[in-house]
Amino acid sequence: MGHPVVEVRDVTKVYGEGETAVHALRGVSLSLDRGDYVAIMGSSGSGKSTLMNIIGCLDIPTSGSYLLDGVDVSELTDRQLALVRNRRIGFVFQAFNLIARTTALANVELPLAYAGMKAKDRRRRAFAALSLVGLADRAGHEPNQLSGGQQQRVAVARALVTAPALVLADEPTGNLDTQSTADVLAVLDRLNRSGRTIVLITHEPDVAKHARRLIRLVDGRIVEDALVSA
Amino acid sequence: MNILESIRFALRGLTANKLRSGLTVLGILIGVAAVILLVAVGNGSAKAIQNSIEQLGTNTLTVTSGGGGLRGGGASTQNTSLTMDLVPALSDPNEAPHVHSVSPVVTGSQDATFEGTDHTIAQFVGTYPGYATASNFTVAKGAMFTGDDVTEASKVVVIGSTVAEDLFDTVNPVGKQITVSGKLFTVIGVLVEKGGAGFQDPNDIAIAPVSAVQESLTGYGPLNQLLIQATGPDDVTAAQAEVTTILDDKLHVTGTTTAYRILNQSQLLQTRTDAAKTFTTLLGAVAGISLLVGGIGITNIMMVTVTERTREIGIRKALGAPRRTVLTQFLVEATVLSVIGGLLGVAAALIGSMFTIYGIKPVVVPSSVALALGVSVAIGLFFGSYPASRAAGLRPIEALRYE
Repeated sequence: MGHPVVEVRDVTKVYGEGETAVHALRGVSLSLDRGDYVAIMGSSGSGKSTLMNIIGCLDIPTSGSYLLDGVDVSELTDRQLALVRNRRIGFVFQAFNLIARTTALANVELPLAYAGMKAKDRRRRAFAALSLVGLADRAGHEPNQLSGGQQQRVAVARALVTAPALVLADEPTGNLDTQSTADVLAVLDRLNRSGRTIVLITHEPDVAKHARRLIRLVDGRIVEDALVSA
Repeated sequence: MNILESIRFALRGLTANKLRSGLTVLGILIGVAAVILLVAVGNGSAKAIQNSIEQLGTNTLTVTSGGGGLRGGGASTQNTSLTMDLVPALSDPNEAPHVHSVSPVVTGSQDATFEGTDHTIAQFVGTYPGYATASNFTVAKGAMFTGDDVTEASKVVVIGSTVAEDLFDTVNPVGKQITVSGKLFTVIGVLVEKGGAGFQDPNDIAIAPVSAVQESLTGYGPLNQLLIQATGPDDVTAAQAEVTTILDDKLHVTGTTTAYRILNQSQLLQTRTDAAKTFTTLLGAVAGISLLVGGIGITNIMMVTVTERTREIGIRKALGAPRRTVLTQFLVEATVLSVIGGLLGVAAALIGSMFTIYGIKPVVVPSSVALALGVSVAIGLFFGSYPASRAAGLRPIEALRYE
């Protein structure tokens, strides 16, 4: 089956220097295979978001290496990194991070535009992605006209529109009510069934139950890595 | 993603933030318009001064009695008054080849009446016919008096447009008789209205033969002035030298007495033009400061949006936007705002310069337009794109966390 989708080798991450240095990750090794559905749990400050940002190529480790599809990302140029973020990874943030005063459709179209797709194809695919998360009728709304759950579903649509192999969700349900949480998780479950690798950060055991593998972080180290009994 | 797409993104970004875009454009507009208008006003006032002096006639010399001839108890019997005797001497083409005409001037204000209407003529001038040409007057209706009128001391008068309006209203003044301080004068002509931003109305004037004025109004006293017209604008200095020699001889002036003064119109013009230049420079400095202030305003509004934009750049980078694409978008946004603001500023300044401001008609200086536009656009471009380029260089997560 070739190399794993994600391979993290003894990664550390230190913020700041000297006395005030914060060790967010103290040597984490991790390997994710194609089609994995992984939940990362841990209290705040345990380094789970840092790990997620490194996996998502948004941040670089202080030491150790990270291989995405067998390629060491530290050797990629800025342009290649942009391409990786665009094609291989879909990222869902806790704070949604939609572009303000821009319609849902335009937000979802954005990664496709950066991929160089033509406006017409882009529109069609973005619309399909919005339909998938059940928001086709909200395509023309701007973020401030949508509820939190709807905004997060737009963000999910934006993450999946480029059909990335790896979908990363950093506490996607952290700001959502029960119904919206169920909606968003249903979309992620469906994505996983279609073969995508999904990494999900969460505080809530209920949310973590959707995953097949659970990784628990404490103080920047993995303390538990086990399959979730269904 | 190609350039065209980047431009579309930039335009979408601008329309999505109408208030911010509007304020930026306004800032640039005010900066540009202020500079252009201030310089235009300065330039306009300089031009106005120049015009008013040119209308007095630039190739003329005015000789006035200095009144200071009796200095230090020397030759105390010396008479330095300007008299009619000087006129033929100054008109001698051998002695003074650069003098075109000499007009003696006796002047004063006189009360005039016509059929019960009163008007005080500010300048009632007794002179020769050459006076009109020398002081840039032309006759609109009727005719100028002639040399014969001077010889015969005919009581005829040519009046300025202000006098004509006040005394005659709509009636044609030519051929009518007016009473000037109790003496009857026949109006034979009306002068063309003369413009000028001077302190005195140049059209409140009446011109009559010097002989008639002396005979009936002022008596045969000394002349007020001698108005001398040079043969051309370039001959004024030569004419002045000749006039000085003749006057020194005739009035027996020795050394540096101030028996008379010669006012050279072209020197006056030069002085006033220099003063106007200083004025323009001053206004230019004020304009420069307003350009600086406008520039700081542009800088401010561009920088203030950095926080929001930095987060946005983080999002865009996380979605896979290459650095260059982000840069292009922000550069285009800054360009569009600066250019629109700059052009609107130029338009506002051009419209503003159509109006007369405190009696000054602004005259736009093309180089000020280029300078104001150039500086504002440069500032807008730099401060619009520099923070964006810095943000685009950050790792996505740093840009996203930026507060």
